[in-house]
Amino acid sequence: MKEFKGRIVAPGTITAKAVVSHGGLNTLASFQKALQFGDKNATCGDQNNPDLYGKQMAGKALCLPRTIGSTTGGLVLYCACSMKRQPACMLFSEPIDSLAAAGAVLADVWLDDVTMPVIDSLGEEFLSYVKDDMTITVKEDGTVIVEE
Amino acid sequence: MNLTKEQQAILDGEKGEVLAQIMKTLVRYGELFGADSMVPVTSKYNHLVTSFGLKALGPVYDLMDKLIDSGNVSTQKFSVDPRPLDPKVPSNFLQNFIFKNFMYSKQEDYEAQLTKLGLMEKDAFTCTCYMDEVGNTPKMGEVLSWAESSAVVYANSVLGAKCNRNSGIIDLMGSVLGYVPKFGLLTDEGRKATWIVKIETTKKPEAQLLGSAIGMKVMADVPYIIGLDKWLDGKLDDAAKTYLKDFGAATASNGAVGLYHIENITPEAVQYGQALITENAQVYVVDDAELERVYKSYPVIWKKKDATPKLCFMGCPHMSLEQLIDWTGKIDEALQKEGKTKVCIPTVFTASPAVLKKFAETPYAATLEKAGVITSYICPLMYMNNPLSEKIPVITSSNKLRTYTSARYYTDAEILEQITKGGSSK
Repeated sequence: MKEFKGRIVAPGTITAKAVVSHGGLNTLASFQKALQFGDKNATCGDQNNPDLYGKQMAGKALCLPRTIGSTTGGLVLYCACSMKRQPACMLFSEPIDSLAAAGAVLADVWLDDVTMPVIDSLGEEFLSYVKDDMTITVKEDGTVIVEE
Repeated sequence: MNLTKEQQAILDGEKGEVLAQIMKTLVRYGELFGADSMVPVTSKYNHLVTSFGLKALGPVYDLMDKLIDSGNVSTQKFSVDPRPLDPKVPSNFLQNFIFKNFMYSKQEDYEAQLTKLGLMEKDAFTCTCYMDEVGNTPKMGEVLSWAESSAVVYANSVLGAKCNRNSGIIDLMGSVLGYVPKFGLLTDEGRKATWIVKIETTKKPEAQLLGSAIGMKVMADVPYIIGLDKWLDGKLDDAAKTYLKDFGAATASNGAVGLYHIENITPEAVQYGQALITENAQVYVVDDAELERVYKSYPVIWKKKDATPKLCFMGCPHMSLEQLIDWTGKIDEALQKEGKTKVCIPTVFTASPAVLKKFAETPYAATLEKAGVITSYICPLMYMNNPLSEKIPVITSSNKLRTYTSARYYTDAEILEQITKGGSSK
């Protein structure tokens, strides 16, 4: 077990299994098919992301360095939240980028019935330690506990 | 965040609940990046990234309705990214069926929403809104609330305007509110270069390849580029602007660059020179070998790697008038040399409706049409970004299209050879 402390972007507490992307998450490429074709698991559709392609993102603790890609990224994330296909939480090793930040804030401000805790600045060690299917617990103060 | 009395009143709900929520969104968004104030948007026009009535984005259209119904439309007129569909672009029966009935079934409704929100004019759909023909060209120092990564990096770098890499919806909210949070590329400090890039190539570097190399190296940082001015004839003319359009789009999509400075060329580099470079800036040298390494690193994600290309897309971002004319000449000459009259691969050149209109007034338009090249206002990315199109072997010299889709990248010279000599892939 290991603890990491980050900054709270969107508050909340959750426990979920990890799914890890070591490269940047292309939000549009990852979520588009899931939103388009009614995939409730939000299976990642980004062929350029070998870590995540074909894996379930909905309900998982999505661990990543940052998001990349189209500036539609924020609104795609907002849609995923609105359609209840969002990750259980998003955990960034780096300071959050402007596109992911937009999605996280939009969901938190405009959607009453959706909670997706978002923590950033968890550090490089977090991303090298966490592996798929490890159990992640996000605490109120931004502490992230990773258990094998 | 230090808000003015007026801004605080908006946040407190004195101008309605919806505008208060917009202010709350932008304040929280700005605070994440250390913004200490909200500054007025000063450009004449805005530019939005969301141009497509993608059925999957239902919640966005509901949000737009909320803005329209509460009277919170844009304070500026705006242009928007290209339309996703054009009947002129080759597509099979299944693609047409899926595009119209499933993917982009909300297109008409969404365009009606855009009109209510403040669309500049009915055909203001392009990613190159800053071109003279389109007329959404911000002035140096103006503060923008734009999205569309290729347009933002162009506005910041080539025009000297000030804009962060905003997401869709945030772009509109800034324009509705009339204020954006001051951070990043809106600050003098945020516009300083933390990378020095030295160009040491033996020939003019391919814009899309150089942009890709720099984007992948510096990611979201600001590069100060030395040695490129000699390949641009030392001036910011139409040819240089076209080069920087493609270069910038590649830096923004292969990395996350929002601003670059080109020594002796871009306005801030001309005004401030190397004073724009921060202490301890990192150095990246780009020579012929480095460009070759970057080119070879691109994965080919076609199922059949040696498939014969079925379609060629040029114009992501949309082509300039100068580019359309230049390519017409090159294709015409190459076809004549080969004893052919038409291109061997279905080829689509995309440009803004306004540029296509100007091009149609030139004699080159007939020559290009005779060569079998289709011109369109479509967004190649939106055409490609679906399970049906990604199975088609598409070639392009756009590094943005390569990054976001299954399209395969070739240099301009290789594209010319493929479409005029034959379609076998290398």
